[in-house]
Amino acid sequence: MNVVVCAKQIPDPAAPQSLDAQHNLDRTGKLILDEADTYGVEMALQLVDKAGGGEVTVVSMGSAQDVAGLRTALAMGAAKAVIVSDDSLRGTDALGTAKVLAAVVRRLQPDLVVAATESSDGYTGTTPVQLAELVGLPSITFAKSIEVNGSTVTVQRQTEAGFDEVTAPLPALVTVTAGVVEPRYASFKGIMAAKSKPVEVLSVADLGLEGQVGSAGARQVITEVVTADARQSGEKYVDDGDGAARVVAFLESIKVL
Amino acid sequence: MPLDTIWVVAEPAGDSLTTTSLELLTHARTLATTVAAVSWGANADARARVAGEYGASTLYDVGELAGALPGAPVAYALAALAAATPPDAVLVPTSYDGRDVAARLSARLDRPVLTNVSGLSDEGGLVTEHQVFGGTQVVRARFTGDGPAIIVVRAKSFAAEPTGGAPAAIVAAPSGDVGPVGTARIVTSHAEERTGPQLEDATVVVSGGRGLGDAGSYALVEELASLLHGAAGASRAIVVGQTGKTVKPTVYIALGISGATQHMVGMKGAKNIVAINKDPDAPIFQIADLGIVGDVHKILPAVIEAVKTHG
Repeated sequence: MNVVVCAKQIPDPAAPQSLDAQHNLDRTGKLILDEADTYGVEMALQLVDKAGGGEVTVVSMGSAQDVAGLRTALAMGAAKAVIVSDDSLRGTDALGTAKVLAAVVRRLQPDLVVAATESSDGYTGTTPVQLAELVGLPSITFAKSIEVNGSTVTVQRQTEAGFDEVTAPLPALVTVTAGVVEPRYASFKGIMAAKSKPVEVLSVADLGLEGQVGSAGARQVITEVVTADARQSGEKYVDDGDGAARVVAFLESIKVL
Repeated sequence: MPLDTIWVVAEPAGDSLTTTSLELLTHARTLATTVAAVSWGANADARARVAGEYGASTLYDVGELAGALPGAPVAYALAALAAATPPDAVLVPTSYDGRDVAARLSARLDRPVLTNVSGLSDEGGLVTEHQVFGGTQVVRARFTGDGPAIIVVRAKSFAAEPTGGAPAAIVAAPSGDVGPVGTARIVTSHAEERTGPQLEDATVVVSGGRGLGDAGSYALVEELASLLHGAAGASRAIVVGQTGKTVKPTVYIALGISGATQHMVGMKGAKNIVAINKDPDAPIFQIADLGIVGDVHKILPAVIEAVKTHG
């Protein structure tokens, strides 16, 4: 069974973030594999293991100058990576990203596409299902678990009340929530092996998508960015044994206790 | 000049509609002359009554989905309706199924979709507001080009107020053959046992983050929530912020939560925020009314003991 995992290299969420002059997220710093994608990579590796054959391909869009994030997925065990990188993709919106990823998925013809429910930087949360629609795949979002039996995928899908068991015939797309599995740490052997695994870099022209993606295709503009009403921070104490007492006193002061 | 027509994706909730759907119907009334609901499920009459009460004149009913996930069939019905008479905008609740519907509709109509919207106004065209970087900044955006604006709105962005209107007229929405994309089927539904108030309605929300570590510590979060007659605001699956979960309790207690951007947007409307985290630079402290820098594994059990013996 062959699985494509859609993954994104993002600015480290722990570092300060800002918008550039074009109101795009500043991505000039170091990029890492979105932690939200590590769950999909792990799940895909486990499914391929269980199926007894096939491989995991990581598919991404963005700058290919730094592919350390994709190497992280390769070090975990993915066989290869494909990244679509092109200056003309600057300013691409979620639908444009879906068009680019869909073009790659059509080439690879996987049995299953796995993606995170949403990225940790943009958290638009629509790209995977837009991709599914463009490729013509059924989709199941918010998976808590995934099983594949023959040509059917069975998913426990998060709901307001609990979860639904949902099935779909393969090929299909599934989005996973954080915590669906415990992502493995790459072994030293895995990290060494990842260095020689193939990372294919494709351009927009390679996919025949000229003029359809990028900021020209976005059809939405940010008109301004304003500072929100600031919420004032209150008092901060370093716990020296009185932390619990301070919490209780605060709860009393607002009459919750 | 108000907009002509807005459609609201009105998600069924039993015989009624979800609260976020009602919030969107209410707000759509202030923006457009005509508001229609697009809905699905059993008992269209009951849903049409509620939709009418909140301002919809028409309820386009996709009908029962026979176990199909709503995303594909509802998006296809919307696309078929829009091909006949395109609305100015389609408003969609941020929810498990709402994002599926919006994403498929976007790809089908080849129109962009804006998500995580927390404000929407007509300024010679619709202007959306999005909170970014933990709600410290607000991005304002517009759609360009022809075709409906597809807008996914977060819960609690607007108040839900009935107008006392007559039931909406029910119009059957085209269903047709959705094809392979509509083949995801719900086999069984499982409700998880829940005690105490719903997360969205709770006056006290206690949340545990990654700093908390194992599942055993999470039991302590639930214990404190229960002692304070509140709700636990994060589990491995349901997390405040994700899927647009938005809470506005009297007090929000954040345990081992650093304050990732989605999370902050989901909870910064709380009246009071208490945060315990070992990292003194955690962003959550910037918005906490009471911040304790320390080990949550030591402080939380002590808080629980104190609350238990509180007289």
